[in-house]
Amino acid sequence: MKGLSENERVWIARDYLKCSGCRRCEIVCSLSHEGKIWPEASRIRVFMLIPGVEVPHLCVQCHDYPCLKVCPTKALSINKQTEAVIVDKEACVACGKCIDACPGKIPYIHPTENYALICDLCSGRPKCVEACAAGRWNALEIIKKSDTHTFKLYAKTPEIITRDIASQIYGKKWRETV
Amino acid sequence: MKGYAGKFLEVNLSSENVKETILDEEILSQYIGGRGLATKILWDKLGKNWERIEPLGSENLLLMLTGPLTGYVPGARLCVSGKSPQSNGVVGSTVGGEFSVELKCAGYDGIIFYGKAEKPVYLFIKDSEVELKPANHIWGKGSQETLKILVKECREELASRFPRRGLWKEPQIVYIGPAGEKRSRIAVVAAKWAHAAGYGGYGGVMGSKNLKAVVVKGTGPLPDVVDMKKVSTLINKILDINFRNIVFRRWGTGNLGHDVGSRISSEPVRNWQEEWHNEESYGSYEFEKYWVKRYWADFGCPTSCLKLAVIRSGPFEGAITDNPDYENQAYLGPNLGIFNAEENIYLTALIDELGLCGIQTGNVLGFAGELYEKGILTKQDLEGVELKWGDAKAFATLAQMIADRKGIGDILAEGTHRAALKISKLKGVDVSLYDVTEKGIAIGAHGIRSEEDYPGYESYACSVQAGDHTSVARIPLDHGNSELRSLLYDTGVFCWFNFFEKEAQDLLWPFIEAVTGWKITEKQWIETVGRKILHIQRALLLLGGPDMQWVPRKDDDVPLRWYIPLGAGPYKGKAVDRERLNRDRKEYYEAIGWDENGIPLPTELKRLGLKDVDRKLDEIRKPLPKY
Ligand code: SF4
Ligand code: SF4
Ligand code: SF4
Repeated sequence: MKGLSENERVWIARDYLKCSGCRRCEIVCSLSHEGKIWPEASRIRVFMLIPGVEVPHLCVQCHDYPCLKVCPTKALSINKQTEAVIVDKEACVACGKCIDACPGKIPYIHPTENYALICDLCSGRPKCVEACAAGRWNALEIIKKSDTHTFKLYAKTPEIITRDIASQIYGKKWRETV
Repeated sequence: MKGYAGKFLEVNLSSENVKETILDEEILSQYIGGRGLATKILWDKLGKNWERIEPLGSENLLLMLTGPLTGYVPGARLCVSGKSPQSNGVVGSTVGGEFSVELKCAGYDGIIFYGKAEKPVYLFIKDSEVELKPANHIWGKGSQETLKILVKECREELASRFPRRGLWKEPQIVYIGPAGEKRSRIAVVAAKWAHAAGYGGYGGVMGSKNLKAVVVKGTGPLPDVVDMKKVSTLINKILDINFRNIVFRRWGTGNLGHDVGSRISSEPVRNWQEEWHNEESYGSYEFEKYWVKRYWADFGCPTSCLKLAVIRSGPFEGAITDNPDYENQAYLGPNLGIFNAEENIYLTALIDELGLCGIQTGNVLGFAGELYEKGILTKQDLEGVELKWGDAKAFATLAQMIADRKGIGDILAEGTHRAALKISKLKGVDVSLYDVTEKGIAIGAHGIRSEEDYPGYESYACSVQAGDHTSVARIPLDHGNSELRSLLYDTGVFCWFNFFEKEAQDLLWPFIEAVTGWKITEKQWIETVGRKILHIQRALLLLGGPDMQWVPRKDDDVPLRWYIPLGAGPYKGKAVDRERLNRDRKEYYEAIGWDENGIPLPTELKRLGLKDVDRKLDEIRKPLPKY
């Protein structure tokens, strides 16, 4: 978090080509939120729909929060400081409407509990980014969040991202495989 | 029991019966997991009739085991085992990737396969729901197609079974290629592209059971441990040690093809006729040109020794493979007279696609290349292929014939040693000089003549996994590369490559305790826990059969070729000194507790509570002639 002062809002930039697939981000995210190593309950998930194309997938904090708008139980709210989406575990009924509304289909239901999982930005100090930086992979990096709508453009499905990356590194015909 | 999911899956492919078993703590605390547990299971279930069990028959078992440290110790691996169709003993053959972690998250520490499916099948595990599914549509397919189809259809199935859950990540998959389906003894159990459990030949075992793949989706957490805080601290220490190893992170083993292997003269060149070359065209940076990913890792790994190589244009367009790592660089390069990175990447990708082992196949191709050079195999024997050194296309054609078991490929698919015996007979010439193997297993690309690489004289001769360069015997027994160490990694089950440093190795004992609560010291491992496993493995290797049995002591030797002095390079003139090898071997036998013929001593077996092994070994403890 170099160069960022305490109260500045952070955003997690992602560069899929740099992702090693080490899944250290899944490990630390699930350890800090669940107290266990639990890849399927991590708020960041590394998709590998084609080996070599590893896609860390997590919430981008859209400026207009489509997920929040559709929630029938008002289980989702925005943290004022970080602007992360916060899930109220009691209120959430795991209906999956937020998933449908999300342009990247990023939220998903906890494997054993009845609520949705969405990145909470670790209250402004993202653990996954620390883990990624420790390995100097830098697929995830902290940048200062500004008032722009472009962040939302990063909310893409893993399929779309995979097609792009696969086509770049393996060749065009790999577009059709996912 | 901490560190374990607590259950094993037993799958009878003949009856299609699937059940869960619980192994008691008594057994697990002694044999832990992975290679140790595989050895115990095989001894208990097949030991009595070991010599009669056909490795490629339905009586053999196929084991896929994790260990309590899998997923916790950085760099997860899976241990594949069974009776090896290469050595006729037990090989703990490991493969990296997320499969083992996913399996534990599904609630299983391992899978034991029995029997043989009537038609091609794959096993689909979604947590506790386990199902055998038809695999006709992927039978015959190479790695790229197999993975594409399985990822797609299994994700679709998950999505339809659990429609409200959101997007499913891919399940994890291990599979075989066409070579495994044809029961080749040199076929691998693969993951991702070139991740492979190669040594042992378990791709052939899987094929002999008509099992194309195992697909697993586990949504649970890794099993509980005794002290998660301590585990986290230890993980971080191991990460830090390995983050510092920037050279290895940068290249993995992919800079050895020229910059290391050849300079220290331990790299096979033209079927080990030399172990040195001076081809700068084979330098590290030549390979790096093809890398599209410079740091590619498996679950939890700080090192990312893997790289991803792709050829995007020209005659070899479409080739995709890991690295290639040093073994593939050496065996599918200089060993075939090839000194060109692009051709090596192409051949490595082809071998992956066919489901063959880079080491075993590179060895047998080099063997065939030399027989062609010497005029023993002719163009006619090779169905028109002119197998000249350096001709990548010719070697590729032969590799395809091996995978298809077509023509001479049928003989070569048996691996170098068995092929050598057969060809000697067919041709009436003794070709044993060209057979560079150890007890049926082609030796890794680390020669011992120059004495500059890490294996020593005793390493392959005394290894319970024969030619396996990841499991070499060393004295003293607490040597940093000793076989008891490899055994620990394969039993754990995790990757060796994060444990080059003594500092990291020493963290494993507290790690075991923090995960399982069991206090095992290095001394106990060497003297009792590990030693016991090694003795059983040794016993089963010597019992061998049914197609061949190793002669105690006599077969604890190195290939004939290694007694011939190196002909060129900085170590010209160096060869294995037989006197010294005999001495080192004797010293190793004494240190480990084997008699003068390398058979575990009765006193030693009794000390460790292995009376049944001792009784069984009486069958081969006849007075031996002097060699
Ligand atoms: S920690 Fe970084 S490099 Fe590793 S999987 Fe996550 S995003 Fe990729
Ligand atoms: S990325 Fe998805 S989950 Fe995150 S704010 Fe946007 S819609 Fe909501
Ligand atoms: S910022 Fe925190 S909650 Fe969000 S994905 Fe990273 S580790 Fe998980």
